[in-house]
Amino acid sequence: MTAREVILGRLRAALGEPRPAPAEVPRDYRPAGTAAADLDLLVDRLTDYRATVHRCAGAGVARIVDAVLGGRQVVVPPGLPGHWLPGTVVAVPDDDLPPERIAAADGVVTAAAVAVAETGTILLDGAPDQGRRIITLLPDVHLCVVRADQVVAAVPDALARVTPHRPLTWISGPSATSDIELNRVEGVHGPRNLHVIIVD
Amino acid sequence: MRIALFVTCLADTLFPEAAKATVGLLERLGHEVVFPEDQTCCGQMHVNTGYPDEALRLVRRHVRVFAPYDVVVAPSGSCVGSVRHQHAAVARRAGDERLAAQAEDAGRRTYELSEFLVDVLGVTDVGAYYPHRVTYHPTCHSLRMLRVGERPLRLLRAVRGLELVELPQAEQCCGFGGTFAVKNADTSTAMLADKMRNVLATRADVCTAGDASCLMHIGGGLSRLRTGVRTVHLAEILASTERSETVGERQRLGVRP
Amino acid sequence: MTRTFLGMPATAPRGVGHLRGEEPFPAAARRALVDAQLRRNLRHATTTIRGKSGAVIGEVPDWQELRAAARAIKTDTMARLPELLEQLEAAVTAAGGTVHWAADAVEANRIVTDLVGAAGADRVMKVKSMATQEIGLNEALEAAGIEPVETDLAELIVQLGDDRPSHILVPAIHRNRAEIREIFLRAMPGVDPTLTDEPAVLAAAARRHLRETFLSTRVAVSGANFAVAETGTLAVVESEGNGRMCLTLPETLITVMGIEKVVPTWRDLEVFLQLLPRASTGERMNPYTSMWTGVTPGDGPQAFHLVLLDNGRSAVLADEVGRQALHCIRCSACLNVCPVYERAGGHAYGSVYPGPIGAVLSPQLTGVADNASLPYASSLCGACYDACPVMIDIPSILVHLRGQAPHPRAEATAMAAAAYTMDHPALYAAAQRAARLSRLAGPRGRGLPPPLSGWTASRDLPEPPPQTFREWWAQR
Ligand code: SF4
Repeated sequence: MTAREVILGRLRAALGEPRPAPAEVPRDYRPAGTAAADLDLLVDRLTDYRATVHRCAGAGVARIVDAVLGGRQVVVPPGLPGHWLPGTVVAVPDDDLPPERIAAADGVVTAAAVAVAETGTILLDGAPDQGRRIITLLPDVHLCVVRADQVVAAVPDALARVTPHRPLTWISGPSATSDIELNRVEGVHGPRNLHVIIVD
Repeated sequence: MRIALFVTCLADTLFPEAAKATVGLLERLGHEVVFPEDQTCCGQMHVNTGYPDEALRLVRRHVRVFAPYDVVVAPSGSCVGSVRHQHAAVARRAGDERLAAQAEDAGRRTYELSEFLVDVLGVTDVGAYYPHRVTYHPTCHSLRMLRVGERPLRLLRAVRGLELVELPQAEQCCGFGGTFAVKNADTSTAMLADKMRNVLATRADVCTAGDASCLMHIGGGLSRLRTGVRTVHLAEILASTERSETVGERQRLGVRP
Repeated sequence: MTRTFLGMPATAPRGVGHLRGEEPFPAAARRALVDAQLRRNLRHATTTIRGKSGAVIGEVPDWQELRAAARAIKTDTMARLPELLEQLEAAVTAAGGTVHWAADAVEANRIVTDLVGAAGADRVMKVKSMATQEIGLNEALEAAGIEPVETDLAELIVQLGDDRPSHILVPAIHRNRAEIREIFLRAMPGVDPTLTDEPAVLAAAARRHLRETFLSTRVAVSGANFAVAETGTLAVVESEGNGRMCLTLPETLITVMGIEKVVPTWRDLEVFLQLLPRASTGERMNPYTSMWTGVTPGDGPQAFHLVLLDNGRSAVLADEVGRQALHCIRCSACLNVCPVYERAGGHAYGSVYPGPIGAVLSPQLTGVADNASLPYASSLCGACYDACPVMIDIPSILVHLRGQAPHPRAEATAMAAAAYTMDHPALYAAAQRAARLSRLAGPRGRGLPPPLSGWTASRDLPEPPPQTFREWWAQR
């Protein structure tokens, strides 16, 4: 008998016959689509968890990137809109860069898939304008551009918008820990600086 | 209204003043109180110590003794909690569905004193007089099993002469927990120490609650340390009037004889 | 004689892993209670987290509805567990992962050790996982010449301090900043000798210490918070980014997951992702949550192994009342509100699962006889039930397990006698009188024999009243 057969047999024996009736799940909580996205709430929640928030019109992204990362080395995912990058940054395109090279860069600029206002969360799904997971992990500054139409109200809305078949990273503020006396301290292994640019 | 008193074995044996006060209060409010004499113990101690089989006969007795009464009142959140939330489970475990159904029915007819006063009788001012500084400890079972909430405080606020002071960290368990107090005496004592610290911080003369069991524990600690703070059951405060004797009470230590 | 059939629910084997303590809870707690620093650290940490958690839960208008949904999802999951696991296996396999089944800790440790060996690695990096602590994976790896490196800050503190974890979420909760600084100065190679005890400075030291490990280690071992049967998606919820490092940088990822962690559908995550962070760290959302489905070409580990672990869970499932303990999402809220945990600390529970959930889970995983004191390590105050985001009725399970615990013979005799007496009102009244007249206990109960002396060590007993209530009533 394989371990698989042993375990499945044990579980069936544990449940016995007749099986416990499958439970109805009451979904009386606020489902996807309950509320409209609230950009001000998103800003408030991002700021509360120590992300730096910028707001601008479409043409203003490059100026903010320049202010944050001008003169520095910036990893760039393959599908990032070119007009987001000012001429002042040293672009390091991710064409399968080795980890050491990514770690040596000063920052990274990406788009996002979705943002959740209620929790101040950015979702990345690995689309070409966001790139591989590793590029948003090793550099110390992550600058993430969110379009206003990508902002949703709450967690159920976000899950409804993304597909599980891509690797997903949910980011809520810079890397942090609660491991010292259960107090939140920013800055452990992930980027210690998270900038979010909301494009209205 | 005709009310059957479920006295609880602890109040019957060690804290009769709480039970007498319950009778006196309900009669003062114009109701008839009867005491079914075949009642003994609800079996909570057996259930919570891991003896559900032994508890079965006590559940059966309790259900039988109180079957004839529409309204049963007890001066204990814990024992009412056991009747309401444990009796049917004990019966079901023994495969006695009929008893389980009867126990559920009994549970619906059984009330903790503050619930009964506020919800059923609709009174918060019971006409009591108690000229002391008092703090209230919400016992865990009345708080979380029965959800009596603000009811005891509303009753206390209406007592003439009573100065009610809020207990810090009131919702933390006092550490009694039935056999827990004996099997885990050290942890229980550590919890008690914090509860006493909070009681003493209120500078109250009296710590009250709706359960004689927790009061026995808190009072036992306050008495051992000679703090001078008494524990008094909620029923006794609500039963007190301008005509009650208060001079004798001053001699008493934390644990009431 | 009983025969054990293969395929009958089985408890976790002895001699491996960390589910059994060396001494009963009261004895271990007794020692912990005199440690003033531990008491202070625990009180401070649990008070902090209760405040934070309460505040962010208060922001959610449908918290109770989310809890009810979570409970139902988990109840449904348990009722269909075998089929959901088969579905999960098929989905993970279709997405390029490999699924392994481990009936117990020994099998799981062997599977992981063999996988690491096959990858040609002599070091693995680990992201905090209760399941791998439960099975004693680190010891098994070390025995095979493989170095496990804990990357979670609290786990690192425990590992460097040669200590044991004492909390589900924050295994080093029993340490304060000054103690953590000392541990780092003593055991962290190359640490700055001028290190201060500022939490931010300590976190930065851990960042520097582990960077090289993250970049150079080819195999990682993780746990999982959720696994979606419908899609084969795994989820890890974390804060520091060490999880992302382990899930993204290595060539091979091995995830060890208790079989109860499966959830039926993608949509179900919308419930748990709202409940877990608020109940756990008291955040609206934890800094990082990673989700992956099998292998993604060109992104992250190109070999993914999922190890499904039973190790006693089938035995828990067999108990209709106790199986609720499998609903646990390891948020640790029940620990943070527990007055017993707050005073005795996590080590007193012996098992890697401390606190209220540990008191109901450990005895079921091992069989109650092997953890007989744990169901009694509670005053049944019910704070855990109120705090639990998936509404596990922990007090009822505790009481239920007490009914299965082996009882001291003298106690059993006394309890049977008491039940008999109380079922006979005349005997009962006589016993009440006898207790009063004999005054065996002496003034205020001093001089009672054990175990009742446990009461009188710190509390006076009431003097028996001159009259019981029923005597008074009869004379009325
Ligand atoms: S039992 Fe509930 S409160 Fe405790 S850790 Fe598990 S999910 Fe959290």
